Amino acid sequence: MGKIQPPINAISKPYWDGCQQGVLRVQRCVACRHLQLYPRILCTQCTSTELDWVAVSGKGKIASYTVVTRAISKAYAAPYVVALIDLDEGPRMMSTIIDSDGSDVAVGMAVNVAFQAWSETVTMPVFHID
Amino acid sequence: MTSLRGKVAIIGAADTAVGIVPNVGATDLCVSAALSAMRDAGVKKDQIDGIITCDSMAEPIMYHAEAIAEYLQIFPRYCMSVGTGGGTTFSIMHHAASAIATGMADTILIAMADSLRSGLTREQAMLMQSSTGHPQFEQPYGPTVPAYYALVGRAHAAKYGTSPEHFASVAVACRKHAALNPTAQMRDPITIDDVLSSRMIADPLHLLDCSLVSDGGSAIIMTSAERAKDFAQRPVYMLGVGEGHGHEHISQAQSLTTSAAVESGQRAYKMAGLTAADMDFAQLYDCFTPTVVIELEDLGFCSKGEGGPFAASGAIELGGQLPINTHGGMLSHCHPGNPGSMFALTETVFQLRGSVQPERQVKNAEVAMVHAQGGIMSSHTSLILGSEAN
Repeated sequence: MGKIQPPINAISKPYWDGCQQGVLRVQRCVACRHLQLYPRILCTQCTSTELDWVAVSGKGKIASYTVVTRAISKAYAAPYVVALIDLDEGPRMMSTIIDSDGSDVAVGMAVNVAFQAWSETVTMPVFHID
Repeated sequence: MTSLRGKVAIIGAADTAVGIVPNVGATDLCVSAALSAMRDAGVKKDQIDGIITCDSMAEPIMYHAEAIAEYLQIFPRYCMSVGTGGGTTFSIMHHAASAIATGMADTILIAMADSLRSGLTREQAMLMQSSTGHPQFEQPYGPTVPAYYALVGRAHAAKYGTSPEHFASVAVACRKHAALNPTAQMRDPITIDDVLSSRMIADPLHLLDCSLVSDGGSAIIMTSAERAKDFAQRPVYMLGVGEGHGHEHISQAQSLTTSAAVESGQRAYKMAGLTAADMDFAQLYDCFTPTVVIELEDLGFCSKGEGGPFAASGAIELGGQLPINTHGGMLSHCHPGNPGSMFALTETVFQLRGSVQPERQVKNAEVAMVHAQGGIMSSHTSLILGSEAN
């Protein structure tokens, strides 16, 4: 059994295409410039349905994290970090911290995006400590 | 709009055996709980015209409440299955009270059961865990259910200095109460050190910071306050109820450390015309220890950020300022999934009747807060119950 794969759909495809190309993108409201993740068919701030995509810096800060010592499945090698990242541009996202067993991680730490293959066709955004 | 305050009462309550209950499926457990609650109330089958249940994970049924009605050969005019995770129990109470107040039904059976311990294989249980969270933007990173709550606990620790010892004190208090409850699944007393030295599951949560995995069923019967006087038991009245829904996925939470329990609590207190200081005891959803710390704060039992020291002070133990989870909670009594807080509800009924073992009985128990949440601090319902309608 491999890692859990995201069921990509028409709305989220630009996000996942970006990851394949090494670019982290978030959805932007054309009307009010609000940035949001996860992608939706409307802007959560002004309910406009006119949305496009914009590349972000990939820089952020750790809002919270945990070190999982009892893995969800054999495809995940414990210990691994699950973290919530506040992107510098605003949106919060879940991710993992790579090259870390968790002992060097703290809330508030600056992180940078990287990309990791999750399957032959899916690349996931992950983060490393700045 | 008329208030639900004092309009409905619980007239019957019962639990099945809990913990490890092999050879009884979740459907049979649910019906068994229903039957016991009907006997407790002295209610006959044909007096029940409403049924509300939640689905089971071990024995899923597409139209669960209808199936339970059919099994019992009850033909209700109000029939509904509800799914708001761990908050289901008390959101159901809100719906049931509204249905009675509006005449949709007179007497409603609320029954829930599941057999997460005996009815699921380890693979099924892990699969169930991995289906929590956003399928695209959370699940692929491999968070377990404890991991989601660890994110909440860590954020609280970082913001307010809440320590592993503070979290552990919740588990110790629940176990202390379970030790006084012959029906509890885990009854051997534990210490702070026992919690801290138990296996780390998702830092900062140790094994003993996590609730149990159990089999069990529980049911109550609700009717109007006027009708309640005609039945066998001393009625327990609903004085206040309120819901708050903040998010579904933790990555979308407006705050990691303050929950929609603030809104659900305020709505319930307002309806009851009471405050946190009026509560003689409370049953707070304890899937993981940080949940309780945040609920103590958000429901107004202590200041924001003080939940850890408040819990560690002994205030939440029997004899303290606000005894919580007097049956042992899901940390030590039992946790069969969505029905988990039903046992907090039946315990509250028994406490307000004054019918629990004397060593576990809260002195002069008249008013209680019972609160549950589902998702990851997502969906909250607060319920205020009292031994008098006014």
